[in-house]
Amino acid sequence: MEEKAVNKTNSNGYTFMFAIIMVVVVGSVLAFAATSLQPLQNENVRQEKMQNILATVGIEVDRAGSEELYNQYITETIALNSDGSVNEQADAFTVDLAKELKRPAPNQVFPLYIADIEGEKYYIVPLRGKGLWDAIWGYIALKDDVNTIKGAVFDHKAETPGLGAEITQVWFRERFTDEKIFDESGNLIGVSVVKGSPDPTDKSDFKVDAISGATITGDGVSDMISERLQHYLPYFKTQQEIKVAIQ
Amino acid sequence: MAKEITSTSVEKEAKKKEMILFLSNTAEREHFLSKNNRKLLSDPLDDNNPITVQVLGICSALAITVQLEPAVVMALAVTAVMAFSNMIVSILRNLIPNRIRIIVQLIIVASLVILVDQVLKAYAYDVSKQLSVFVGLIITNCIIMGRLEAFALGNGVYKSFLDGIGNAAGYGIILIIVAFFRELLGSGKLFGFEVLGHKAATMAESTGLYSFGYENNGLMLLSPMALIIVGILIWVQRARNRKLIEQN
Repeated sequence: MEEKAVNKTNSNGYTFMFAIIMVVVVGSVLAFAATSLQPLQNENVRQEKMQNILATVGIEVDRAGSEELYNQYITETIALNSDGSVNEQADAFTVDLAKELKRPAPNQVFPLYIADIEGEKYYIVPLRGKGLWDAIWGYIALKDDVNTIKGAVFDHKAETPGLGAEITQVWFRERFTDEKIFDESGNLIGVSVVKGSPDPTDKSDFKVDAISGATITGDGVSDMISERLQHYLPYFKTQQEIKVAIQ
Repeated sequence: MAKEITSTSVEKEAKKKEMILFLSNTAEREHFLSKNNRKLLSDPLDDNNPITVQVLGICSALAITVQLEPAVVMALAVTAVMAFSNMIVSILRNLIPNRIRIIVQLIIVASLVILVDQVLKAYAYDVSKQLSVFVGLIITNCIIMGRLEAFALGNGVYKSFLDGIGNAAGYGIILIIVAFFRELLGSGKLFGFEVLGHKAATMAESTGLYSFGYENNGLMLLSPMALIIVGILIWVQRARNRKLIEQN
């Protein structure tokens, strides 16, 4: 009896049948789970994006409440072509910057979010660059002179916890507030994350203090800011209300 | 007529026995928390701990023990995966073809892990972001495959379920202890709360321990420190539990 059972499960036919049935069953269970949970997951990602965008202009909300405030404060989302003209076809909110950056440069489309908070206008630019291990990204909000940073948020895929991953923390983000990004003659400098404790009260030195142990992630943040912002210069130049001399 | 009834009741009795055998692998019905079953739960916590005694599953113990919260979630995720994969393999133990049993076990573990990952992404998005790739790496956790091979393939369903929970708890408790020390000494926090006081840019502005010039130990944030803490735990455990010491 016992021997028969062993023989049965050892035959080639049985092994193949077992494998086929198992793959079909497991495949359908996973497919069902993935499709039924997908709407919830996409909603989480969407709300997190709104939450991040709002955080750059100083509005901290939890994920669930982000949509309402987003609709209230973000008045315009526009997609820009690389020459600075507005792209009417693209939906700016759903533009995936990671995918855009892989396309040939002239075809890339960049989103720009414009917030209006109690009469103050802010330009919010999405960022994306490289950290130590993998991608880092974020948003940076500029005041209406496009020279002064209102706030910034950063996020990362796989930076070291406790070191590079600290770029997501509020105390690091706050170092960027009120820093200038253009020098006096209108050249874009950006903000560098540097070692050696630059004076935090000097807001026009183009420097913020780095996180010890996270030099490469910090360099990634500096590069990402100046690299991304320069793509928005053509658009900023066309805007009459922006009163800074941009070279 | 009377004969027929007895024959069906005998058959029923035999079926019942077979069922008990299938569930617990002992011929007699056992209390569901009998001494043997309790041992299945408690053994892996101390005498047969998967990390400190068997030294399995070390890789994830290094990776996600920098902070307590991901360590706790990881422990829960491993518990769910381990209990259910042990159960499923035990249910199928007489059906799984011997030659592809490792592949079958892997597929069962992998699909459970994907399920856990998807559920976390939908219902605990922030935590799933923190755990990122490590949830997927539960698949490669050798404790799970080890228990499937060593226990679930030859034991009843209920016992396998208990064994899974016990071993996952033994793994989880070490993870949480290591994470406790690493978060406390490395960043001065527990579950993200600043329990040692607030560290400001200068000593004068800091509060708590930091106002006396205390510094966080940055080494604690790096993976090797997890190994050193696990080593200290093994030492402490063997000092307490003498029968774990090898005689040679």
